[in-house]
Amino acid sequence: MAAGEILIDVAGVAKHFGEGETRVDALRDIDLQVRAGEVIALLGPSGSGKTTLLNVIGCIITPSAGRVGLDGETVFDGQWLRRDLRRLRLDKIGFVFQTHNLLPFLTAEENVAVVLDLAGQPAAAGRARARDLLDYLEVGRRAAAKPAHLSGGEAQRVAIARALANHPRIILADEPTAALDGQRAGLVMDLMRRLAVDQEACIVTVTHDEKIFDRFDRLIHLRDGRLADA
Amino acid sequence: MNLALKDIRHGLFRFVLTCFGLGLLMTVVLSMIGIYNGLVADALAVVKAPAAGVWVVESGTKGPFAEASNIPADTRDAVARMPGVAEAGAINFQNVEAAHGGGSLRLYVIGFEPGRPGSPRRIAEGRGIGTSHFELVADRKTGLSPGEMVRLGRNRFAVVGLVDGAMNSGGDPAVYVTLADAMALQTELDPAAQRIQAARGTDSVKSASVAAVIARIEPGADVELLTATVRQWKHLAALTQAEQEEILLASVVDLARRQIGLFLGILLSVSAVVIALIIYTMTMEKLKHIATLKLIGAPDRTIVGLIVQQALILGASGWGIGLILILTVKDYFPRRVVLEPFNAMVLAGIVFAVCIAASGLGVRAAMRVDPATALGS
Repeated sequence: MAAGEILIDVAGVAKHFGEGETRVDALRDIDLQVRAGEVIALLGPSGSGKTTLLNVIGCIITPSAGRVGLDGETVFDGQWLRRDLRRLRLDKIGFVFQTHNLLPFLTAEENVAVVLDLAGQPAAAGRARARDLLDYLEVGRRAAAKPAHLSGGEAQRVAIARALANHPRIILADEPTAALDGQRAGLVMDLMRRLAVDQEACIVTVTHDEKIFDRFDRLIHLRDGRLADA
Repeated sequence: MNLALKDIRHGLFRFVLTCFGLGLLMTVVLSMIGIYNGLVADALAVVKAPAAGVWVVESGTKGPFAEASNIPADTRDAVARMPGVAEAGAINFQNVEAAHGGGSLRLYVIGFEPGRPGSPRRIAEGRGIGTSHFELVADRKTGLSPGEMVRLGRNRFAVVGLVDGAMNSGGDPAVYVTLADAMALQTELDPAAQRIQAARGTDSVKSASVAAVIARIEPGADVELLTATVRQWKHLAALTQAEQEEILLASVVDLARRQIGLFLGILLSVSAVVIALIIYTMTMEKLKHIATLKLIGAPDRTIVGLIVQQALILGASGWGIGLILILTVKDYFPRRVVLEPFNAMVLAGIVFAVCIAASGLGVRAAMRVDPATALGS
């Protein structure tokens, strides 16, 4: 796989909720391509369609129209072309949430390894990969800690490790630095950028955090469900 | 990675408390089953004890347990001479309240003829009755000990032996005395009353009647023919052992049995609702985590496994705790609690079914959770 390969290919995507007078057009005719190694931000006011677009790319909600291609595979073209969307997410997409969403009953290491367990990998291999990722993100010493005992920055790095565990080439992040101070937010974004380059992945981030705008290759603005500019 | 166990370990104290609460509920259910069984077993104990083949009672009655029966005491000789009868014995039953140890002791007095059918089958402690008068063998639940003296009516009786599991359908423990003593206890008047009767010129009433005659049948004898022959005497009726047991269950303990059975049904329904509620609540508390699992790609079987495994662990723990508790305390109940392995297994099956059904509610809620709810909050 050469760097610069198109990993996200969204063409003519629209999404509306409701019908008739209650119809809301959340997305209108969206075209977006993201390449390997790219880190982009989705910006816009509340209700502009950022999260809806993230959910469409993440195969969480079904578009009303258009085509979606992920990692070279067309997954939606008027209808889903894959039956098992969860498996698709497991194989191709990593998610980073605003509030880390780590499972409270698992340790940091287990929170990362659970993704590999779900993918059917041997437990030992999962633990080794989890440990490597946590070390890489400089939270390896906290591997045995439960999320309740991690600081905000540590928990978010564990969440990033989880998102990367199964070597996804598409990482979707929803306000990943919202709970962090400016310095930690910058560190987290630097880490994510480094990973995107190392793993030939792309990162699409929904954010309002102006402090980290300079960490992105592109800033994509949405307004009323349309791409305003790029 | 077993997510169900990891989640349980994370909130172990709370889970154990929940299991213990469910265990207490199971204890109540098992105790009701045991009381129900005990009621039936107690009722049948007194009928089964003589190991009779045929009960000869007063005509037109369902005696001697369902209603009073009085037949001449010499009926025993007539029955003993009938073809097919191996041996026969007259027997008498009555309830008495005896003063003992500063309190009152309610006893079920069984009068029997030593050496004939109707005597206690197995002496657990001490010896059987060896004299014609004023000795008794008591059920252990009376609290009496060999060597103690008890006043019954106008006479004092020496406790010479103990038996186990002898009581009437009301749970009153039995004492065995000789038939002669039992008849005297039933018919002898108070001395003042005797004096009044003597002044009137009448003697005290001493009817030589017994409640029933029980007959043991020779191997191969025709029981139907025997009972039909007995019924030819107009003042007698004959019941087989099976008929006697049926009468006892149908008339004497039926109401109590149905009452407990209905209560048991309500209790099981309440238990089912409680189990369902616990499991449903446990699932609802995890919906955010389930949404996260769905979002990161967990298949349905992982989520279903998480809910069902926890439900089954909860049910099995509650059942186990309940079983241990009831086995520990059952002997302290005032009436007999009879718990068979079959009962515990049936309850395990019911708990299993309830857990699976309750999991269904939780699974349904989990399946409807939108993975998007894990985002942006």
